[in-house]
Amino acid sequence: MFRVVLAELRKLRRPTLVLGTLGAALFFAALVTSFLFLLIDSADGNGDRGRTIGREVLTLASGSVTGFSSVGGLLGLIALCVFAAQTAQEYTYGTLRNLLVRQSGRLRILGGKLIANVIFAKIMVLISAAVSIGISIALAPGAKVTTELWFTSAGWSAIIHTIINVVIAVIGYGIFGMALGLLLRSPISSISVGVLWMLIIENLLGAVKESALDWLPGSQLNTIAIGGSETISYTHAMQVGGAYVIGISIIAAVLFSRRDVAN
Amino acid sequence: MSTMAISVRDLSKKYGDRMAVSHINFDVPLGAVCGFVGPNGSGKTTTMRMLLGLISHTGGSGQVLDASIDEPEKYLSQVGAMIEGPAFYPALTGAENLKVLATLGGFPIERVQTLLDQVGLGDRAKSKYKTYSLGMKQRLGIAAALLPNPKLLMLDEPTNGLDPEGIQEVRALLRSLADNGTTVFVSSHLLSELEIISDYLVMLRKGEVVFAGKIEELLLAQQNVLIVKGQNPGDLEKILGIATSMGHSATIRNGEVHVQADADWAATLNRAAFDAGITLAQLTPQLPNLEETFFEMTGDK
Repeated sequence: MFRVVLAELRKLRRPTLVLGTLGAALFFAALVTSFLFLLIDSADGNGDRGRTIGREVLTLASGSVTGFSSVGGLLGLIALCVFAAQTAQEYTYGTLRNLLVRQSGRLRILGGKLIANVIFAKIMVLISAAVSIGISIALAPGAKVTTELWFTSAGWSAIIHTIINVVIAVIGYGIFGMALGLLLRSPISSISVGVLWMLIIENLLGAVKESALDWLPGSQLNTIAIGGSETISYTHAMQVGGAYVIGISIIAAVLFSRRDVAN
Repeated sequence: MSTMAISVRDLSKKYGDRMAVSHINFDVPLGAVCGFVGPNGSGKTTTMRMLLGLISHTGGSGQVLDASIDEPEKYLSQVGAMIEGPAFYPALTGAENLKVLATLGGFPIERVQTLLDQVGLGDRAKSKYKTYSLGMKQRLGIAAALLPNPKLLMLDEPTNGLDPEGIQEVRALLRSLADNGTTVFVSSHLLSELEIISDYLVMLRKGEVVFAGKIEELLLAQQNVLIVKGQNPGDLEKILGIATSMGHSATIRNGEVHVQADADWAATLNRAAFDAGITLAQLTPQLPNLEETFFEMTGDK
């Protein structure tokens, strides 16, 4: 397993992938965090879907990571794309047969691939968190937000909890991407289906029947990233989201371990 | 310890109602170079995939290096393989691609440059795979197959895309590997190449083995052939008729009649053609070769 992780990391560290992924992650982290402070007095709101997050929220101990927790879903989508592409490309390039000849334990290949991608995603999350918090510190004075509580012990605890929640959500998204990559065996198809479902279909279903969001996977993962919401509790999101992730992981693992590698 | 590198008994693979490989039996002795031939779709790649554990078999059994093909983890660390052409990550360099596989297999990373030099890619090691020509990709595939310093090397069409010099180099490489004890199991459409380097041959047709054994036994069992051409191309059918009416098997191939007969029967055929008003432009005896034998046995013209 350890050798599989190292081999996967060799593939993941190529500059175009690292810079492309980090570029997208940092762009969204900077954008969402900047809007939070720059549009604090806007009548159209400064949060997602026109929500207003006022100074009273941003001055709390968790204020430094309010922006970062909002970007968790987008980081998750980036992870979904990376995990899906890294898995499905083994089929489109025909490289899976090389991997299986060198390491015939298919579940070891899958496990190693997952661990390497999780390491990659964690690095992406940590750098995005640092950038988002840095932007928050820089923009807080201009937005007349006091930062006194941000780096108290409660503030540090909020930072750590938020990062952990975003990492859990991002890994959940990534596992969905990986499973789609294994099921569809094409990077374009798996990314399209994943993004379409998470960004559009779930929102449409939620618009038709709001209570549906309580049970949809993307909604649960977003809720985990922000540490729970008014409508979905953190525990509920962890239980339902976890069940989805475990379910799709089992299906993908069984298919991968039994399916003939004919391309 | 068996003396066979590969041994299959009644090995079969069925896709739905179609038998891709049907009850095949053959052995490849340790240290031999064994050619694996057959027309397209005859089941060569499917057989190789089964031997490498990439696809499951639906019947029979197989042994590779004394281990069952149901447990590929027991032998794959000693097997090098390139099937269905080279497959690598386009955005990585040739060296990085090999390092990924070396890391995965637990082989020394230092071996990568040695192998790249061995296959003539030493100076392009840092170029991205997507910039490689077909021949270079093929060489990288061979280098990847050699990574484990294999006891058994399985190559599917290793000379595809190589220039004549490259083909000669691969031939020499395979021969030297065999001389050092590596068993080579190689499929190729270049039958003349296989004839030069192979000791053994397995021939498939429509998923079934039509010959498995020493190549010299196959050639000895074949009759000599006379290659006949008429001055008038329209006479081919008549020549075929004359030959068959005189009890010799004959076929038309590439604008020539191939008659199974010894060289001393040429004069009889020439006389019969002359009597029938046909002037022969060519009447050449040909010793049995693998290509002729292949066409005879697989019915592939």
